[in-house]
Amino acid sequence: MCGICGCSQPNPNSTAHHHDHTHDHDHHDDHSHDHDHHNHDHHDHKHSSHEAERLIKVEQDILSKNNLYADQNRAFFRQRGILALNLVSSPGAGKTTLLVETIKMLKDQLAIAVIEGDQQTDHDAERIRATGVPALQINTGRACHLDAHGIGHALMELGIKPNSLLAIENVGNLVCPSAFDLGEAHKVVVLSVTEGDDKPLKYPDMFHAADIMLINKIDLLPYVDFDVERCIEFARQVNPNLQIIQLSATKGENFKVWTDWLTAQFPDHA
Amino acid sequence: MHELSLLESVREILEQQAVQQNFVTVTSVTLEIGKLSSVEPEAIRFGFDIVMQNSLAEHAELIIEHVPGLGLCLDCQQEVEISALYEPCPLCNNFSVKLTQGTEMKIKELNVR
Repeated sequence: MCGICGCSQPNPNSTAHHHDHTHDHDHHDDHSHDHDHHNHDHHDHKHSSHEAERLIKVEQDILSKNNLYADQNRAFFRQRGILALNLVSSPGAGKTTLLVETIKMLKDQLAIAVIEGDQQTDHDAERIRATGVPALQINTGRACHLDAHGIGHALMELGIKPNSLLAIENVGNLVCPSAFDLGEAHKVVVLSVTEGDDKPLKYPDMFHAADIMLINKIDLLPYVDFDVERCIEFARQVNPNLQIIQLSATKGENFKVWTDWLTAQFPDHA
Repeated sequence: MHELSLLESVREILEQQAVQQNFVTVTSVTLEIGKLSSVEPEAIRFGFDIVMQNSLAEHAELIIEHVPGLGLCLDCQQEVEISALYEPCPLCNNFSVKLTQGTEMKIKELNVR
């Protein structure tokens, strides 16, 4: 049994479960309060126990459990010199193709492993395995994102080598995965030019959470109504520090800028 | 709809608290949701009753406190209020506001017995 979470999977990490968390709490007078009234009566003593009601201060981040697992994953990566990237995008932006091409270019230089997240099927993991690198598929079922707990288990199953590049391809979704830290070094957001150039403004959480944005499928620019400059301007409004690379994963245009960025993250391999 | 996952985390925290603080029923849950968090309060309201069904917080009242977004403008060095991640500093109009508040999603307090 997993000693961290009590689930029936093997323990992803031997570190004991702890509940420490810090409280950053600013109160502002302009809080507004919404009360959701349900159709039950708080004064209905027929249903209440005899114990008096009391107030308990909790002050706990709703994501605290996920963040604890993310910290454990991050420690796992740090101890082994693993660079973990969390690739996020809408469905169809080209994450898997980008990974396949990245692996083809770098696999002789770097140990690479991939965790694939999709609601169903292991088609993507099969595509990755065809390149000769290990890949594990996580099917999230009804969930719309990967979480740090699932990644912890995947790490144990994958048997990842020290000093590897670990690419985690998240579920295609520009909303939910932004909230869930997986322990990665960077979120990489992929936006393809067949989408709207205003996506950074429409889905600001993700572009705010990412460190690098890849504008993919630039070979299709002549055929689509996508204004690259406008897109970059919007993205930098949301995140002034965002690094941006324009490339085409299928045609190879500018692809070396991306792989150079990746290898630069591994000083020993560059 | 990651709000359902978040609500499942809320329920787990309530169950943990019930053991630690010795209570059996939660009558109200107060959440603090930042205006710049990736959470839609309406989706939280929608899912709350469903996720709390058959739990110690079934029929609990949900109270959501909205926390405004604040940031420090790195250009004009002022603390400013912002209502969206893509908004410029309202004072100098530059996009260099470093968030200091408004992304939180917290369980603040519970009424229990």
